[in-house]
Amino acid sequence: MTLALGCVAALIAVAGLSLFAGGRPPGSRLVYGACLAVSLVALGAMLAQMQAAPERLALPLGLPWIGANFRLDPLAAAFLAVVNLGGAAASLYALGHGEHEPAPMRVLPFFPAFLAGMNLVVLADDAFTFLFAWEFMSLTSWALVMAHHEKPENLRAGYVYLVMASFGTLCLLLAFALLAGPDGGYAFADIEAGRQARPLAGLILVLVLLGAGSKAGLVPLHVWLPLAHPAAPSHVSALMSGVMTKVAIYGFVRIVFGLLGEPEWWWAMVVLAIGGGTALIGVLYAVMEQDLKKLLAYSTIENIGIVFVGLGLALAFRANRLDSAAALALTAALMHVVNHALFKSLLFFGAGAVLTATGCRDLDRLGGLIHPMPATSLGFLVGAAAISALPPFNGFVSEWLTFQAVLLSPQIPQWGLKLMIPAVGALLALAAALAGACFVRAFGLTFLGRPRGAAAAAAREVDRFSLAAMTILAVLCLLAGILPGLLIDFLAPSVGQLAGARMPRQTELPWLTIVPVAESRSSYNGLLVFLFIASSAWLSAFAIHRLASHALRRSDPWDCGFPDATPGTQYSASSFAQPLRRVFANVGFLARDTVEMPPPGSLRPALFAAEFRDLIWETLYLPIVRGIDAAAGLLNNLQFLTIRRYLALVFGALVSLLLVLAAWS
Amino acid sequence: MVVIIDLLVQFAQMTLVIALAPLLTGVVRKAKARLTQHRGASVFQPYRDLARLLRKEVVIAHNASWLFRVAPYVIFATTWVAAALVPTFATGLLFSWSADLIAIIALLAGARFFTALAGLDVGTSFGGIGSSREVMIASLAEPAMLMIVFTLALVAGSTQLSTVAAYMLSPQVGLRVSLGLGLVALIIVGIAENARIPVDNPTTHLELTMVHEAMVLEYSGRHLAMIEIAAALKLLLYISLIACVFMPWGLAPEGRHLGAYAAGAAAYVLKLGAAGFALAFFETSIAKMRVFRVPEFLGAALMLGLLATLLLFVSRSF
Repeated sequence: MTLALGCVAALIAVAGLSLFAGGRPPGSRLVYGACLAVSLVALGAMLAQMQAAPERLALPLGLPWIGANFRLDPLAAAFLAVVNLGGAAASLYALGHGEHEPAPMRVLPFFPAFLAGMNLVVLADDAFTFLFAWEFMSLTSWALVMAHHEKPENLRAGYVYLVMASFGTLCLLLAFALLAGPDGGYAFADIEAGRQARPLAGLILVLVLLGAGSKAGLVPLHVWLPLAHPAAPSHVSALMSGVMTKVAIYGFVRIVFGLLGEPEWWWAMVVLAIGGGTALIGVLYAVMEQDLKKLLAYSTIENIGIVFVGLGLALAFRANRLDSAAALALTAALMHVVNHALFKSLLFFGAGAVLTATGCRDLDRLGGLIHPMPATSLGFLVGAAAISALPPFNGFVSEWLTFQAVLLSPQIPQWGLKLMIPAVGALLALAAALAGACFVRAFGLTFLGRPRGAAAAAAREVDRFSLAAMTILAVLCLLAGILPGLLIDFLAPSVGQLAGARMPRQTELPWLTIVPVAESRSSYNGLLVFLFIASSAWLSAFAIHRLASHALRRSDPWDCGFPDATPGTQYSASSFAQPLRRVFANVGFLARDTVEMPPPGSLRPALFAAEFRDLIWETLYLPIVRGIDAAAGLLNNLQFLTIRRYLALVFGALVSLLLVLAAWS
Repeated sequence: MVVIIDLLVQFAQMTLVIALAPLLTGVVRKAKARLTQHRGASVFQPYRDLARLLRKEVVIAHNASWLFRVAPYVIFATTWVAAALVPTFATGLLFSWSADLIAIIALLAGARFFTALAGLDVGTSFGGIGSSREVMIASLAEPAMLMIVFTLALVAGSTQLSTVAAYMLSPQVGLRVSLGLGLVALIIVGIAENARIPVDNPTTHLELTMVHEAMVLEYSGRHLAMIEIAAALKLLLYISLIACVFMPWGLAPEGRHLGAYAAGAAAYVLKLGAAGFALAFFETSIAKMRVFRVPEFLGAALMLGLLATLLLFVSRSF
């Protein structure tokens, strides 16, 4: 506990000292190196803390009648491990990547502060500390989003982010106010004491979904995420997508599972519907996106949806006292939290390396990077396979566990859930398949084929620190996929704390198989699957090269005999997505392809236009924006009144407030 | 001793699938030829084709990357592992618990992931057209397949194929609406996944209608042989899957003696032959679809699967 707080203090001190670092090596290296060291210490402490008893600590800071309370229980330790793992990887990556930063002093002080803020949110044990840390995290990340403020789209991203973050905090503030009740017991321990009789629990759930969900990127509160995450420098994008969304999930889990009280079954309906919708809509955006970093940000939205489906299932089971099934669903959700932190950080590191090497993130100007950047491409390939839920990587295991949880749900008696869960299962399956398509497109257009632009043709491999960070995460993706039992057992104390039960111990099973319920029901062994694939691939390659031909000749591509001179004839980002756009996006996104052929005999070129619209932005946000504009225009009239009218306004306001007070009491 | 026998049986399964897969392709081709009044090549022609491809040198494009050269082995290995995990002549094999049906589908998805990437690697327009259409087809076929898995899992209470097959052999199955819907959906998915008519044409030479063939257009020699045998294995896998779930008769249960295994193998060969003829008959009696009709075809499978799952959520007796 003191070690965790010490790490936070150390990070804040590093942030302060970095003001004098000067922004160039060795100063920036020292800062990132210090972040790496502190994150590693915190990571080690948290791994040790997972199985230990909860600790609490109160510091005489903050509001005098509350103080600053901190708690370190298994749930917090699990999320802190994720935060610090992501922080350590991002710091290692930044040791190399940070040197390409055009304005390092806009990043350097905020990076450690951002890490400290995320740690602090998870440690908080009262509403005041929680909200303070939450805002601290939001503001430091906002400053990082604004690091490249000279681009107009980044300015807009920062503005939208600031508005949405304030809205989210407002919702959490109201939720805590309702949780604390009229007596104002803002410490989490006091709130937990009132679990049994909780008035307005449904309203609190909605507020928490709005507050934590807007930070996590739930549809339709996601609009800021694909703007803000890619705008930051790539190591910060990795932290925001891979880690900060997890802190938001922590907030949701802590409040809804820990503080709110016994769940009711319709809560699960809400969470499942939003989770399933988020997964599908997020991946549909991703599959049509042309900007590599934006594509990754949209895919984050999809994965957050998958996590929320797991959480919704856990709520449904919990409401019906099916504790072991709830433990399975919750394990699946938490495991996906860990896995997504690993592979999304890896993918953002890869995108950052591409950005460093070529200076662009537009898929239509990349291509062929596998030749100059073999190590980066291998790392990105592992990340893409993991996020597409391909065995033997880690993404598959958490999706597999989620599907197993879906298959346990016919035990649930409520009809609403009975009809909803299969539909959500189908949404999840659709999202998983589309994620595969999305990452074939992302990897294929970035790294394969021929370079579509001069910058891509001149690319060089990135520095060793970046490659080391990517390699470590890629290895972790594989390890978590082939030894999932270790991860499940590691998460078991946090699951037990929330679900009242835990999954059966997995590490004692023979061959390190994972068995969620019973072996006759389902089991999966990542290690064996990996060994089978590796050995049969090696065996076939060995046998063929030994026994059959191993001759190889290079030549021009065949391509059915068509001479194909320019790289422009390759598939582009929008043409690759065209079949998917046509099948999936003609309703939800009003995607239209229009072809305008010139009349016979005319020499005018034919025109082709593909467009799709963001209906969520147009139908939900634009009316609000217009309404605020109109209200601001009306309020403008108040600016030029005479003193008499101002006094009358003040008097009128006072009287009406007194009347309201009188009517209230 | 028991472990050694179990290992041997598992090994027999792995070699059986790889030995029979080209024959199955040959049978389907022969039957199609006979049905359209041609004599057709021998049923053993696929073996000769493979041997010829293996002997030849590989010609690859100047800008083909390491991924292009590794992909055929990865595609073959994942498909082979998946095919070896579906019960063919016996259930309850030594490693059958290492991956359930969801994992088998994910293994096939892995093979497809690498095929689609290999199609993009050289940077030709035909490779791109194949990959982009393949992922579109997969984005509907995979969820449909998962809904079928849900149906089976809810009926049999397990995603393990051995348990499902054992349940299907037991008298408590009866006639179920959900299983009927699931069978239709599974056949549709199987046709789409194996690039058969009406979704794709495995023998096409008209470039604009190709999907699978367009992706592997740049492959030659041993690489092409690996991809061809993986395609044959995938067809065998889907037929084994349908046979194991919907026609489980003759499957040798766990721990039986040699006679049961031999009977199981004979039954399996019969099932394969019957399914091969049925496929050839279906393919010769239907025309290929336009590529944008395929989503409707596969959407039907997805809806059937979802309907079957919903019915089972409503009541376990459907």
